[in-house]
Amino acid sequence: MGSRMLDQKGRPVVVVTGIGLVTSLGVGADLCWSRLTAGHSGVKPITRFPTDGLRSTIAGTVDDFDITPTSAYDLSMAMAEAAASEAIVQARIGSVSRFPGPLIVATPPSELEWPHLDRLHDHDPGGDLTGYQRILANARTGLFADLAKHVRFAAIADRLQERFGTQGEPLSICTACASGATAIQIGLESIRRGDADAALCVGTDATVHPEGLIRFSLLSALSTANEDPKKASRPFSKRRDGFVMAEGAGALVLESYDAAKARGAKILAVVRGCGEKADDYHRTRSSPDGAAMIASIRRALADAGVSPEEIDYVNAHGTSTPENDKMEYLSLHAVLGEHLARTPISSCKSMIGHTLIAAGSVEAVLSVLTLNTGVLPPTINYDEPDPDLPLDVVPNTSRTARVSTVLSNSFGFGGQNVCAVFSGEPA
Amino acid sequence: MAKACDQVWITGIGLISSLGEGAALHWNKLCGAGTLRPVIDPQRFAPYTVHPLADIDFSKQIPRTSDQRQMERWQRIGVYAAGLALADADIAGDQELLEKTHLCIAAGNGERDIALDSRILAGNHADGAQGAYLNQNLATGLRPTLYLGQLSNLLAGNISIVHKATGSSRTFKGEEMAGASAVADAVNRIEAGQGEVFLVGGALNAEREDVLLGCELAGSLYSGPHHSVWQRRPQGGGLVPGSVGAFLVLEAAEHARRRGVVPYARISGIVSDRSRRRVGEASSVAASLFKDLRLNPANEDIGVLSGASGVEPATSEELQFLAELERQKFKPVVRAWGSALGHSLEAHFFAGLALASLAVSNDAFYPPFDAFEDKGDAKSHPDRVLVTTFGHWRGEALALVQSAW
Repeated sequence: MGSRMLDQKGRPVVVVTGIGLVTSLGVGADLCWSRLTAGHSGVKPITRFPTDGLRSTIAGTVDDFDITPTSAYDLSMAMAEAAASEAIVQARIGSVSRFPGPLIVATPPSELEWPHLDRLHDHDPGGDLTGYQRILANARTGLFADLAKHVRFAAIADRLQERFGTQGEPLSICTACASGATAIQIGLESIRRGDADAALCVGTDATVHPEGLIRFSLLSALSTANEDPKKASRPFSKRRDGFVMAEGAGALVLESYDAAKARGAKILAVVRGCGEKADDYHRTRSSPDGAAMIASIRRALADAGVSPEEIDYVNAHGTSTPENDKMEYLSLHAVLGEHLARTPISSCKSMIGHTLIAAGSVEAVLSVLTLNTGVLPPTINYDEPDPDLPLDVVPNTSRTARVSTVLSNSFGFGGQNVCAVFSGEPA
Repeated sequence: MAKACDQVWITGIGLISSLGEGAALHWNKLCGAGTLRPVIDPQRFAPYTVHPLADIDFSKQIPRTSDQRQMERWQRIGVYAAGLALADADIAGDQELLEKTHLCIAAGNGERDIALDSRILAGNHADGAQGAYLNQNLATGLRPTLYLGQLSNLLAGNISIVHKATGSSRTFKGEEMAGASAVADAVNRIEAGQGEVFLVGGALNAEREDVLLGCELAGSLYSGPHHSVWQRRPQGGGLVPGSVGAFLVLEAAEHARRRGVVPYARISGIVSDRSRRRVGEASSVAASLFKDLRLNPANEDIGVLSGASGVEPATSEELQFLAELERQKFKPVVRAWGSALGHSLEAHFFAGLALASLAVSNDAFYPPFDAFEDKGDAKSHPDRVLVTTFGHWRGEALALVQSAW
């Protein structure tokens, strides 16, 4: 065997050889990318369920799959399968039913939704039972075993493993809105350790249902700009008023550089490094000094062996909440300093909304596409800049640029901060 | 990356359950003279039995009432046990250490508002206006912070907030296997030099209808007269949930030595896989995992702490696997801690590792937890303990806990 490709810390270089994507702009990375770089928005009024009386009635739903009745499990599953399949086909890795590495999948909450609770409650078990006693009595009949998939926390991982033949116990992970990035980080670490030559990293989320929407609404996290849905998500702009819930899935095939080269695979990008740091300040807000966010960015750069000046573009977390965008600016400024003014930073959430658990996966795929095409996706709806956040957000229209190294940020409730650095193929 | 090959030491244990609080209390109660009497409540959720949590003064580990208010009970159980483990490892309050303490947590979802759900379901028959009815009742009835009590990763989030452990934070899902995933992530990272101090653990509040519902939908809940995990098969098997908070501090041996901490034991192997559960698959996967642990020599006692849930056919598959060990001339002395504490899903594997560490560090093994289990050699003091978990639905994992010396 020839010499191994190691990074400057002596670890195997890890590359991306396949990507797959589903967003509110469509199914497939190419389709999503063409619409995204054209500045289209996938945000629209919700038609899946009645929105009477709700403060937010818009979302970036994915309506391309024929799933009736729909559920978070079924749609998350379908999107994850589509994205993973696309990534595996592109990577030309393994065989149809055998992926030569582990599966790491970021999945949304596994829970019964109201149509399921209604079904369980409507059946008459006899007697005068009410509430959960009645539901439990009905569950005991075994007539509702089809609902188990909604409450098994690894059900999505299980089915993906069966479909794609991934190796070993699949991991189901949750780090809130950083989950997709965590999946990539775990895959990266595994390949660096030499535990695997390849990993399938997937993030998926389809939780636009009444309770899902209302929960975020009650935390005052959502935009209420319902009248013009495509204009609702306004990251970094002065009048941003919350994020727009969205659905989507992203998948990446990671491989060691050596394994990819050995089989003649096309290398799409290098995963240079990841960094994470937990915040201890608050359940939904980051520490006012941005310490944990700053640490996660610094750790990502350090892990990648990349200086702040080498970052050519930032794929922002950019949720469009007043809090996130302010803190993200502050943190980037702390790490990149003067270089930030020269660094374009855009938020794809302006167009596809916030895909929550999947966001880190989706945006990693978009970061790879930026490296591959030299096109920076825009931040749309940037009509009124926030003067406190002086950033080049690639306003409203995409731009071509030479991009060698991208920083992708993911921040989540519960103090979760994960950042990833991607570069083009090493010369 | 070159493997640092450092040993993984268990330097802290935090355990609360129906039996009470603390590692020493569990050791004493489980090793005490006479037959073990599990603490059960067969009435409150009849026909289901649960192992209710002992009285715990949560304010001892979660002093701020505002913090307690923002957590659901599963989180309070977990944060409490996490605090015990950090204190036990002499990390609590050490800001510098806490900043580099990584969290690997196993979690499901938090708790629903049972009363609100019931109220909405009872009134949910207005023809044609069902959507508006639901929206209005959820929007006005849900506590704004309830979602934070439900998100899987908010157990970890609350541990960071209350105990200030912030190195990094990862939450794994998937019932029993989430525990194995979390431990494997920590062990792999320690061995590869990707981290030095990890707080791993999970928590279950068994005393709630939504947890019971999840198990019952999967056909996994036991509802007959109470029996130990090995003796439920005639009634069709099933799990009896128990409230448990179980946390461990895992630490690179070199790191622990530097700060002069005495370990309970070390984890010398953790392996897992996921069979499709056709007949015989779980036991053969476990047998192959056991080979990966490269245990030698045979012909010696090996303490086995079994995570058997009582759910069939997984429990019978595990018995087959254990019988196969005997055919290979190992002498397994088997104890299923689920008979004593109840089955604790995400927390279960950590509880087993905690009990294994206690056995190794006390140089003794547990008497039978029920009449089915062999007494074994009364003088038995295995210096290695195999911890098993066969997920009640999917997943098989084995860990080996050995003396650190």
